[in-house]
Amino acid sequence: MKPSEIVDLLKQQEFGDKILSFEENTFQPGIQINPLWIEDIFYFLRDDDRLAFDSLSCLSGVDYGAGKELGVVYHLFSMKHNHWLVVKVKLDRESPHVPTVEHIYKAANWHERETFDMYGIVFDFHPDLRKILLPDDWEGYPLRKDYQVQELYHGIKVPF
Amino acid sequence: MPHLKTEEMIMNMGPQHPSTHGVLRLELVTDGEVVKSITPHIGYLHRCFEKHGEELTYPMIIPFTDRLDYLASMNNNHAFNLAVEKLLNLEVPRKVEFIRVIVAELQRIASHLVAIGTFGADIGAVTPFLWTFRDREVILNLFENLTGARMLYNYMWPGGVARDFPKGFREEIGAFITYFRPKIRDLNNLLTGNHIFISRTAHVGVLPADVAVNYNCTGPVLRGSGVKWDLRKNDPYSIYPEFEFDIPVGQGTMGTLGDTWDRYYIRCQEMEQSLNIIEQALAKFPVEDATDVQAAVPRRIKPPAGEVYARAENPRGELGFYIISDGGTKPFRVRAKSPCFVNLAVLPALGKGIMVSDIVAILGSIDIVLGEVDR
Repeated sequence: MKPSEIVDLLKQQEFGDKILSFEENTFQPGIQINPLWIEDIFYFLRDDDRLAFDSLSCLSGVDYGAGKELGVVYHLFSMKHNHWLVVKVKLDRESPHVPTVEHIYKAANWHERETFDMYGIVFDFHPDLRKILLPDDWEGYPLRKDYQVQELYHGIKVPF
Repeated sequence: MPHLKTEEMIMNMGPQHPSTHGVLRLELVTDGEVVKSITPHIGYLHRCFEKHGEELTYPMIIPFTDRLDYLASMNNNHAFNLAVEKLLNLEVPRKVEFIRVIVAELQRIASHLVAIGTFGADIGAVTPFLWTFRDREVILNLFENLTGARMLYNYMWPGGVARDFPKGFREEIGAFITYFRPKIRDLNNLLTGNHIFISRTAHVGVLPADVAVNYNCTGPVLRGSGVKWDLRKNDPYSIYPEFEFDIPVGQGTMGTLGDTWDRYYIRCQEMEQSLNIIEQALAKFPVEDATDVQAAVPRRIKPPAGEVYARAENPRGELGFYIISDGGTKPFRVRAKSPCFVNLAVLPALGKGIMVSDIVAILGSIDIVLGEVDR
C-alpha cells in the first residue's frame, strides 16, 4: 500500500483528527500523530489485515534543537505486504511523556529504554524503564542538543 | 513438585566471561540449576557512536561504523553508505557495486566463521574453533592485501570504494572459493552432525516465529525460526537481484523448529550461498570497465535537508541507519539500529525455566557482538 492510502484508511477509522500532519514528498513518507492515541493507532496498524505492520524496525529519539520539542520516530514495516510507515510524535521538552508500545511490539522494550537513557523521554506504563547503556547514576541526557557533560563522575574528571 | 523448591539464588554471569563474547553481564535468578529469569546488563562498551556522529562529517563517520560490529566492518560500511547515497541521490558505478558485493559476502563468511567457531568452543568443541579461524585468516589476508587493514577497513565510501582490486586479486578470491568449499563439508562432518553437539543444541532455546517477528529479530535468528526473510531478496539493495541464491531457513531437522541447532545450521548454509554469490559476481565482473572506483565520490558531501532510514542484511541481521540531514556537512542525527541489540533483547524471553548450561548455548547461537550492542 502507498502511504497516502494508509493514511486514508486511518482516516476512515476515525483516527483523522489524531493525525496532526502528513509529509508525503520525502524519502519515506511519515505521519505525525497525537501521542495520547499512539496505542490505539498502533494496535490498528498491527492487527488490520490490509496493513499488517508486524515489525517495528527502528525506534529513535530525536532532539529538534535546543529550546524546541523532542520527538520519537517509529519506523514500522510490514513483512507481509512489504510497505513502510514512519510515525512521529513530538513531545514537550520540559515533561516529555508518551505511552509505551512495548506490549504491542516487544522490540520497543529496549529501544524505549535507550531513548529514555539518551533523551529523558518517559514512556508511560513501560514495565521496566531503567537506563540501559549509561551507568545508573549518570546525570543528564547525552543526546540532547543542550547537554552539558558533568564535571566529575565518582571523583573522575569526565571532560577531557 | 513445589516441595522440592530450593532457595533462589542470584548469580552474575559476566561481565568477564568467555562465553559472553565480550563484556556482558547476565543477572540470573536460579533455583538450583534451573534459571528463573535472566536480566542482561549492557553498556560496558558504550562509545557514544550517535553523539560522535552529530559532531563529524559524513566521511569521518565511516571509520566509526567499522567499530560497531567489528567482525563485519565491510557490511557496516555498506549499510551506512546506502543511507548517505540515498540522501545524496547518488548513482554508484556498476563496477563499484560488484566490488562491494564481493567484499561484503567475503566478510559475511569471515563473520559466520567466527560465530560458528566460538559457538563450538562455548559448547566444548575446541577443534572447529581452530579450523574456522584458520580459514578466516585467508579472508583477512585477502582484505589486508586490498585495504591494508585486517579488521577495520574504512573501505567503502559514499559513491565508491577506497581502492580498486589489486592485480590478480580476483584470481586469489577464486582460489579461496576452491579452497573453502571442501572445508564447509569438513566442518559439517566435524560439528554439525556430531552427536554430543546435537544433544547440547537440539530442542534448546526454541524461539517461535511469531515471537521472533514481534521482537523484530533479524538475520539467522529469524531465519532459524523458519521465516524466509532476507533483505538481499525481500528488500533488495545494491546489485543483489542479479544473483541467484537461496535463503536457508530452519526446519527443525534435529529437534524443534527454531532451536539452537537450527540457528547454528543457518550460518553453515549461508556460507555456501555467499560463495555462490561471489562466484557469480566474479563471473559477471566488468573486467573491461576502467572506471576509477573513486570517480563518483563527491568532493564535498553535503546532502540536502531530509531524512532516510536505510538498512542492509548484515551477518547478524538488519543493520539500519536513520540519518536526519539539515543540509549541512554533518548529520543532524545518526541512529544506528543494531541487529545484535535487538536480538539480545529476546534472551530474557528464551531464558525461562532452562538450565544454566543452556544459556551458553543460546547466547552463542544468537551470536552477539558487544561492540554493536553497546555502540
